[in-house]
Amino acid sequence: MTTTADWLDVGPVDQLPVMGARTLPVRGGDEIAIFRTANGNVHALVNKCPHKHGPLSQGIIHGTSVTCPLHNWRISLLTGEVLGEDRGCTPVIPVKVDGGRILIGRREALASLAA
Amino acid sequence: MQASDLSDDPHGGLFAFWSLGMELIGEGWTGETAEGAPEVPVRREHLVVVGNGMAGCRAVEELLARDSGRYRVTIFGAEPHVNYNRIMLSPVLAGEKTFDEIVINGLDWYRDNGIELIASDPVVAIDRAGRTVTSRSGRTLGYDKLLIATGSDPFIIPVPGKDLPGVISFRDMSDVDAMLAAAGKGGDAVVIGGGLLGLEAAHGLTLRGMKVTVLHLMPTLMERQLDEAAGWLLKSALEARGQTILTGADTAEILGTDAVEGVKLKDGRVIPASLVVMAVGIRPSTALAREAGLAVGRGIQVDDHMVTSDANVLAVGECVEHAGQVYGLVAPLWEMCRALADGLVERHSGYKGSVTSTKLKVSGIDVFSAGDFSGGDGAEDIVLRDASRGVYKRVVIKDDRLVGAVLYGDTGDGSWYFDLLKKQEDVSQLRDVLIFGQAFASGGGQADPKAAVAALSDDAEICGCNGVSKGQVIACIEKGACSLDAVRSGCKASASCGSCTGLVETLLALTLGDEVEAGPKTMCKCTSFGHDDVRREIVAQDMRSIPEVMQKLHWSTPDGCSSCRPALNYYLLCALPGEYRDDEQSRFVNERMHANIQKDGTYSVVPRMWGGITSPKELRAIADVVEKYDAPMVKVTGGQRLDIFGIKKEDLPAVWADLNAAGMVSGHAYGKSLRTVKTCVGSEWCRFGTQDSTGLGVKTERMTWGSWMPHKFKIAVSGCPRNCAEATIKDFGVVCVDSGYELSVGGNGGIKVRATDFLCKVATEEEALHYCAAFIQLYREEARYLERTAPWIERVGVDYVKARVVDDAANRDALAARFLHSQSFSQEDPWAERAAGADAHLHKHLAEIRPFAILGAD
Ligand code: SRM
Ligand SMILES: Cc1cc2nc3c(=O)[nH]c(=O)nc-3n(C[C@H](O)[C@H](O)[C@H](O)COP(=O)(O)OP(=O)(O)OC[C@H]3O[C@@H](n4cnc5c(N)ncnc54)[C@H](O)[C@@H]3O)c2cc1C
Ligand code: SF4
Ligand code: FES
Repeated sequence: MTTTADWLDVGPVDQLPVMGARTLPVRGGDEIAIFRTANGNVHALVNKCPHKHGPLSQGIIHGTSVTCPLHNWRISLLTGEVLGEDRGCTPVIPVKVDGGRILIGRREALASLAA
Repeated sequence: MQASDLSDDPHGGLFAFWSLGMELIGEGWTGETAEGAPEVPVRREHLVVVGNGMAGCRAVEELLARDSGRYRVTIFGAEPHVNYNRIMLSPVLAGEKTFDEIVINGLDWYRDNGIELIASDPVVAIDRAGRTVTSRSGRTLGYDKLLIATGSDPFIIPVPGKDLPGVISFRDMSDVDAMLAAAGKGGDAVVIGGGLLGLEAAHGLTLRGMKVTVLHLMPTLMERQLDEAAGWLLKSALEARGQTILTGADTAEILGTDAVEGVKLKDGRVIPASLVVMAVGIRPSTALAREAGLAVGRGIQVDDHMVTSDANVLAVGECVEHAGQVYGLVAPLWEMCRALADGLVERHSGYKGSVTSTKLKVSGIDVFSAGDFSGGDGAEDIVLRDASRGVYKRVVIKDDRLVGAVLYGDTGDGSWYFDLLKKQEDVSQLRDVLIFGQAFASGGGQADPKAAVAALSDDAEICGCNGVSKGQVIACIEKGACSLDAVRSGCKASASCGSCTGLVETLLALTLGDEVEAGPKTMCKCTSFGHDDVRREIVAQDMRSIPEVMQKLHWSTPDGCSSCRPALNYYLLCALPGEYRDDEQSRFVNERMHANIQKDGTYSVVPRMWGGITSPKELRAIADVVEKYDAPMVKVTGGQRLDIFGIKKEDLPAVWADLNAAGMVSGHAYGKSLRTVKTCVGSEWCRFGTQDSTGLGVKTERMTWGSWMPHKFKIAVSGCPRNCAEATIKDFGVVCVDSGYELSVGGNGGIKVRATDFLCKVATEEEALHYCAAFIQLYREEARYLERTAPWIERVGVDYVKARVVDDAANRDALAARFLHSQSFSQEDPWAERAAGADAHLHKHLAEIRPFAILGAD
């Protein structure tokens, strides 16, 4: 485990289905969704749609966006911004993949606890 | 937020990104070892190079070109060869080149430049304090400057059997020799890894007469370099050459006792093989540097002058990490070598990182990719597909700059795009013609596509598929065709593959100006075709996968959207029962999870209650589940069954297992599929009942459950015209009367209530079931995705349905037979599969974060 002061190791990248997502609950904070796109890139967002908190991890992933399963808002995996007509933003958690492991930004992952 | 680089993911795929055909032909030296290079007398600074590969020798060449007298050079090589061109091992394997032809620097080069080559003797230790290196044979040499150029090690996946004879990697000449020896005996080969390296190995072995299977973990080949569309084209081309390509194939074990006999996958499949080539990725070879205490991350860390954390030790090539990047191809290392040599002669220039592009060295298959094609916000895709020529081109533009390109089939413009990309030139002026390539874009004065079309002569061909000229299209428009659709039906232009749609639209605009009418709705913004066209072409052209449809029908996006993917998935499923493999990621969450998502992200679970009948055993099982999983609510639905609310996705498989144990299966309350068959008590109990409506309802549900449909589908059977089961607002309704069964179709509740249309009356239960099957199949085959029976019938008319299902007996029989055939594949309880462990990842968290303590993944 290469967990450091800045990065948390949350598991092997091959546990993420391509064009799918998995979840990462944070005790006492907001759950995180980790996504994998068609060409293998990994992104993480707080697992909460800016609209009515739909679980983004359960949406359909296409290109670099995810369509929320509850009312079809489209959210960018890169910026967390809502795309198209609607407005809103969900927090992005930095991710990197090292040696086949997924590392996420510790500060951002735990940000919801501070509140 | 940056995309992560998975390049060193050992399972996912390749780490090496091949550069554009960098070809170096040697001088034809044939020796195998190099000994006895002349001693050079005067005391010069001593440069010792560890690694006689591409980067190490290139660095020395660059140094000699700057100042040939400055250093005395000694090169250690682990391999028993002179410096050869590693990238040309693929053509050697394929029989297109010999080893002699790929030598870069023969023995004479070492001799002429006073370089001592110590081959077949790897360096095993570095003493930085004493400034010496020691080799395996025990030789210790002092150095003033040390250059580490040890390249990479192939990654071997840690599965049982990986050490068996017959398992080889693809990195150096000895690997090629081993493959050639194995290929000489013929038989089956398995290549693990569908990246560049693996595909080049597979190609070579195929040409050498082996029967090759490629196993690739990811769903598309070369996913780091190609998008789904190009990956699919590549797979089809390789399959046409006789290779078997298994994607999503996860190796569990290599089988064999004394030598390789086969490969076993995690899903249990076994592929026989006498040769297994592991080409799943590479890792920078850093062990030596690490033991010497140098700073090492993913590679040996170097500054812009290729100096490591020790000022006297440099490193270059695949073994280094520069500015957080590691590279797996040669173009960057040429640039590194220049900066390194400049530094060694104190003319520091500095390496600034490389942009790379990729090409596959498989003759007859043209693939090119460069830059970042993951798209993203503000990025715009321009896609051109030409199905008849097997061409796919995609360029990605962001802020008026080209950021990525993927080309398949016609890669002629690859270097032009790569150039635009590297120079970051403003392409806004070229935007509309960029995708047609350099010749067109720079073809004097034609930069306005409208003007270009206007300038075409009348007999210029617009639609290649149907042979329609510009004159014919204009005549058709002038005769009154005011929309794309009208042109398609009028003169057939753009009616087949759609690649000329843009041209036809321009002609419409040129001829009619503002009077062009928007056509019927297209499926979504990814295509110019409507649902009916797509369905028709899927069947007519025997298409078999989503990427194939997108290619053949010229989708304008690389991987579709959340509207077209589920529709295509359904159309293929309907067209190819038992053959098409469902694409989970093209399913809406409810169908992926086999439960209904609720506003708080939990799920509701509705087990099937056949015809609305239940039993103490079922009720007890439901009660137990409610208590065991602490479900906040259990409710009787409007569909005559029980709905358990508030189940967490992690608990779903266990809930299903408990329900399965009591004999209950999924109620598909979540699906575009058969929902319920509502019944009333009927003749068994009711004083008015004319027939056994409950019994018929149960039979109907047994026949129809599990089928996928364009939208949800509900059935009801009432025992008499009092109609307690509300059969006349269902998709298929049966009202029993004394003399038989009245069948009606196309009803629903919902926002716009619609009562059914009468279909016909039949005498027996068997006939009622038969008509039901035929009607469902007609709906399945002809309605548009997300069109319920009511709007479908409003559109096509009930008379049409009667003509197909009632008047035409042969057609009715054929429809019913097709429905039952399709049902023979769809009546597996999806819950049972999940309860038994299928797709477990969908239900488990990846890990859990507890502040100040982090739990690992499962
Ligand atoms: C659970 C249930 C309400 C209840 O507690 O009774 C229900 C719940 C939902 N209905 Fe319904 N409908 C339920 C019976 C009905 C009925 C009554 C019936 O089937 O006899 C109707 C009217 C009949 C009909 O379908 O025509 C009905 C007409 C709708 C409609 C409108 C359909 C239309 O064609 O206009 C929708 C919206 C849709 O599907 O797009 C809908 C959609 C929904 C959804 C799926 C909304 C959604 O997308 O999340 C609700 C899911 C809640 C859940 O998670 O379970 N529900 N819904 C009923 C489940 C029946 C079952 O056992 O499977
Ligand atoms: C089959 C194949 C096809 C390829 N095709 C392409 C392509 O088309 N385009 C492209 O850009 N790239 C391609 N590559 C990748 C390219 O070959 C590498 O990027 C390049 O060779 C890296 O050069 P290097 O000097 O860093 O490593 P290498 O060329 O591997 O050289 C390292 C050398 O160091 C030796 N060595 C290691 N440890 C020691 C030690 N302790 N002591 C002494 N010697 C040691 C090794 O034996 C090796 O000979 C291909 C690679 C392969 C294997
Ligand atoms: S009527 Fe509306 S609120 Fe009630 S279950 Fe149906 S969709 Fe949901
Ligand atoms: S909660 Fe996501 S779209 Fe409504």
